Amino acid sequence: MTEAGSHLRWRPRLRGLFRHVVLIVAGIVMIYPLLWMLASSFKPDALIFAEPGLIPTDFTTENYSRGWNSLAHPFSYYLMNSFMVVSGAVLGNVVACSLAAYAFARLNFRFRRLWFAVMLMSIMLPIHVIIVPQYVLFSELGWLNTFLPLIVPKFLATDSFFVFLMVQFFRGVPKELDEAARIDGAGHGRIFLQIMLPLAVPALATTAIFTFIWTWNDFLSQLIFLTDPDMYTVPIALRAFLDSTGQSSWGAMFAMSVLSLVPLFLMFLLGQRYLVRGIATTGLK
Amino acid sequence: MAVPGEVSKLRKTAGPATRAPSEKGDGKAAALFLMPWFVGLVLIVVGPLLASLYLSFTNYNLLQDPELVGVENYRQLFQDPRLLQSLQVTFTYVFVSVPLQLAAALGLALVLDKGVRGLPFYRSVFYLPSLLGSSVAIAILWRQLFGTQGLLNQVIDWFNGIQPLVHIGTQGWVSDPAYALGTLITLNVWTFGSPMVIFLAGLRQIPQMYYEAASLDGASKLRQFISVTFPMLTPVVFFNLVLQIINAFQTFTQAFIVSGGTGGPVDSTLFYTLYLYLQGFGNFNMGYASAMAWLLLVIVGAMTALNFYASKYWVFYDD
Repeated sequence: MTEAGSHLRWRPRLRGLFRHVVLIVAGIVMIYPLLWMLASSFKPDALIFAEPGLIPTDFTTENYSRGWNSLAHPFSYYLMNSFMVVSGAVLGNVVACSLAAYAFARLNFRFRRLWFAVMLMSIMLPIHVIIVPQYVLFSELGWLNTFLPLIVPKFLATDSFFVFLMVQFFRGVPKELDEAARIDGAGHGRIFLQIMLPLAVPALATTAIFTFIWTWNDFLSQLIFLTDPDMYTVPIALRAFLDSTGQSSWGAMFAMSVLSLVPLFLMFLLGQRYLVRGIATTGLK
Repeated sequence: MAVPGEVSKLRKTAGPATRAPSEKGDGKAAALFLMPWFVGLVLIVVGPLLASLYLSFTNYNLLQDPELVGVENYRQLFQDPRLLQSLQVTFTYVFVSVPLQLAAALGLALVLDKGVRGLPFYRSVFYLPSLLGSSVAIAILWRQLFGTQGLLNQVIDWFNGIQPLVHIGTQGWVSDPAYALGTLITLNVWTFGSPMVIFLAGLRQIPQMYYEAASLDGASKLRQFISVTFPMLTPVVFFNLVLQIINAFQTFTQAFIVSGGTGGPVDSTLFYTLYLYLQGFGNFNMGYASAMAWLLLVIVGAMTALNFYASKYWVFYDD
C-alpha cells in the first residue's frame, strides 16, 4: 500500500524530470553551433581548429577589426546598404499589403473570390520561375545595381503572404466598428486609416518583423540584382569575403557572420510574441 | 494558407461579403485599394511568368534578340546529365529532410505541449534556428562545422579520446561527395522550429474531453497518441508537409554557399535551383533557364496536387 502510494508520487515527477532532460539536451544541440561560432569569433584562427569548447583560452577581438576592413569598403558600408534595402522593403510591404488586405477583408467587388484565389496561389509560386524575366525587365529599366528591384515590388504588394496575413487579421476586427463609422459618414479611406490600422498594429508589426528578417537574409535576388561591389549588401559581402579569403581566416569570417546576425537577434527579441502568433496562425516561415 | 482550424474562416473570407444595407458594391474603393497589388500582380508576377514561358521556347543570351527554337530546350532538359543529377539531389533532399524535420518538430511539440515550466524559453530556443537558417552566415557556419577541421570532427576526436574502443572516423564531410548532401539535410532538419510552433498551435486545439474519454476507457498514452492525438493533428501535419515540401524544393542559399557556388563536390549538392541559377546567370542561357523554371513549376505544382489528392486518405477533418 505505502509502496503503491510512493510509486504514484514519484512517477509524474520522474516523467517531468525526464522531459526537462530531453528538452535541455535538444536545446543545447540546437544552440551549440551558434555559441560555437560566437566563441570562435573571439579566438585566434589556430585555436578555432584546436578546441571545440566555448571558453576561449586566448581571447582576442582582432578578428573583428580584421574582418571589418578586409573588403573594399568597411563592413559598416554593407550594413548600411542592407539597412536601406530592408527599410524600403518593410515600408513597402506594410503600406501596400495592408491596402490590398483591407479590400479583400472588407470591400465587396466583382470577382472577389477569384482575385482572392489568385492572391493565394501567387504565394506558392517559386521565385525562380519569374526571376529570369524580372532580370530582363529590371535590366531594360536600368535598375540593375540599384536597390529599386528589391524595394519597388514590395510597394506593389508582391509578397502576397502578408496580404493574406492581414486579411486574416482584419477579419477579426468587429464589423460593427466600421459600420458605425460608415453611418457617421466616414468613407473607406478614413475607416482604413482611423479604425483598421490602429487596431491592426500587431499584424503590421508581424509583417514588418518578418519582412525585415526575410529581406535581411535574402540572398538570391540580391546576388542577381546587385553585382557592383559598391552596392553589395551584407549577404553578398559575406559571400565575397568567403570567396576571397576562403579557408585562411575563419576567425574574421565568423566575426562578420556574427555581426550580420545581430540585427536578426534584435528583431527576434523585440518581436517574439508577434513572431510566434504570426507563424501559428498562418504558417509563415 | 491557414492552420486547419482557420480553414473554415478562410472560406468565409473568400465568400461574398455581408452587404451593408444601403450598399450595392464598393467597386471604386476596391479598385483604389487593390491598385498597387494589381499592378504588381501584372508587372512583377504574371507578366514575368508568361515571359518565362515564352523564353523557354527560345535561345536567349540577353545580348541578341530571343530566337525561337520550339521545344528544343525541353528536349535538352531530359538529355542533360547535370539536370538529371540536380533533380536527383533535390528529390533526395526533399524526401529525406522534410520527414526528419517534421518528425523532430512533432516530437518536441509533444514534449512541450504537456505543460513544461519555461515553455516560452524552450520554444524560443528551438524556433530561433528557423529564423536564421536561410542566412549566408549560417551557411558559412555549416561549411565550417562539417569541414575537415570543423566542430563535428573535434567532437568525434574528443569522443575517440575518452572511448577508444568505438573509434569513429573523421573526415571532411562537406568535401566528401558521399556526405555533402547529408550536411545540407542536417541544416534543414535543424530549422524544425517553425513547423514545431504550428504543431503546438494544433495540439492546443484538440478538445481535452477526448483524452478524458480515452483514459476512462483505459487507453495507454501510446494508444491515446495513435487514436486521438495523431488523427486530430493530421490536418496540421498535412499543412506542414505541403509547406515544407514547397520550401525545400526552393532551397538555394545553403547549397550555394556550402559548395562555393558550384554544387560540388562532383555535383553532389547541385540543387535544382542552383543549376538554374548557373545556367541563367552564370552562362546566360536564359531560354534554357526558363525551361528549367517551368519544369520546376510543374514539379512543385504536381507535388502539391498529389499531396492534396493523397490527403483524402489520411487527413481527418473533424467537422
